[in-house]
Amino acid sequence: MPLIPLSYWDLAIAGLLLLINGGLSVAMALRLERPLFLAALRMVVQLSLVGLVLNQLFALRSPWLTLGMAAVMVGFAGHEILGRQDRTLTGGWTYGLGAGSMAFAASLVMVVALTTAVRPDPWYDPRYAIPMLGMVLGNTMSGVSLALNTLSNAAVRERAAIEARLALGSSRWEALRTQQRQALRTGMMPIVNGMAATGVVSLPGMMTGQILGGVDPSEAVKYQILIMFLIAGATGLGVLLATFGAVHRLTDGRDRLRLDRLNAYDR
Amino acid sequence: MLSVHNLATPVLKPASLSVAEGECVAVQGPSGAGKSVLLRAIADLDPNTGAVSLGDRRREAMPAPAWRRLVAYVAAESGWWLERVGDHFADPRAALPLVEALGLPAGALEWPMMRLSTGERQRLAFARTLVQRPAVLLLDEPTAALDEASVNRVEALLRAELARGVAILLVTHAAAQAERLAGRRLCMEGGCLSSR
Repeated sequence: MPLIPLSYWDLAIAGLLLLINGGLSVAMALRLERPLFLAALRMVVQLSLVGLVLNQLFALRSPWLTLGMAAVMVGFAGHEILGRQDRTLTGGWTYGLGAGSMAFAASLVMVVALTTAVRPDPWYDPRYAIPMLGMVLGNTMSGVSLALNTLSNAAVRERAAIEARLALGSSRWEALRTQQRQALRTGMMPIVNGMAATGVVSLPGMMTGQILGGVDPSEAVKYQILIMFLIAGATGLGVLLATFGAVHRLTDGRDRLRLDRLNAYDR
Repeated sequence: MLSVHNLATPVLKPASLSVAEGECVAVQGPSGAGKSVLLRAIADLDPNTGAVSLGDRRREAMPAPAWRRLVAYVAAESGWWLERVGDHFADPRAALPLVEALGLPAGALEWPMMRLSTGERQRLAFARTLVQRPAVLLLDEPTAALDEASVNRVEALLRAELARGVAILLVTHAAAQAERLAGRRLCMEGGCLSSR
């Protein structure tokens, strides 16, 4: 079954649905009409551009361009993490830790997946690598940003408890263990919940896309399971690295709590 | 025993002092003068410069956690991180006599943290530190939230520690307490430590 092509008119008709949201916003004085319009516009422009870029990328199949695209994606994801923090680490450490841990975790699971499970030829074939990386990165980004935000807020809120532990002779890792565990749990929660609800409540976008594209549902399911495992692996690793890095940065070599390395609450 | 030379932080002007074995030195001064800053700097809880040593052991020669077990800081506001009181103690069994000496029932170690009053928290935080047998106590307003009977109990325990050879640096607003316990009194004003 070939994919039914969509015309721009089809999209415009679906876009009219936004008028309902906009009308609601005006009627209830939610003041969401502007952000809503801008977000919709951003989505259309970003996706159109990425469509053009992907066309080029898939045609060229260059390892360097693929790597460059991956780096750009990590860069944007790091920026997005920064935007989701109540308090950021000084000296660009939130960006560095976020992007660094995501890049490491995502690359690791991608290389594993592309060289063992999927094995396109060549293994870096952008038609596989880039969409899969996008899904892994998007979910790891959510986990890492939640974990970093939880950790820095907990360190500020529970300062008395942390310093009491330090004063009693705990190392910095022991003293922040409760907060780090809380951060790890919070960061992992979306993917745990996501896996539990998948297939019962939500049909994942990728699977839906493959089915619409004519792929046999049981094949699409296998891809989806693979992707979920990759996401879970990358999220766990990314969140672990990010929280260890953040605990390291929120303390110093003399086992002091260094809240002076957090920028002021800025929301 | 404890000697501090030119200890300074952004708030604290270079301060020098020493506390001998079994001696209690009181630090007094208005709120915000830097009394807590001094204690925290000695315990190495804030970045600081200067030389601090215990006998002939330099602070920097040992890991910070080991230093803080020897030179123990008890904050004015106690911090807790678990649900049950006893879980915060390194050795709850050894803490029982201390808890009773502070006027709390032995069962207090089984209480949930939610149940404690400010004064009970303060006494238990004190017991939690004492049970680790530090060589120096840095006490920040240890009896601020306590009634008279509890103040007497805490002071009796402090005297027992002094008799054991522990050195105490005591920050207190209560002039009478400083008089009762301390051989020497220092004054902190605007980050400046002076003897009076």
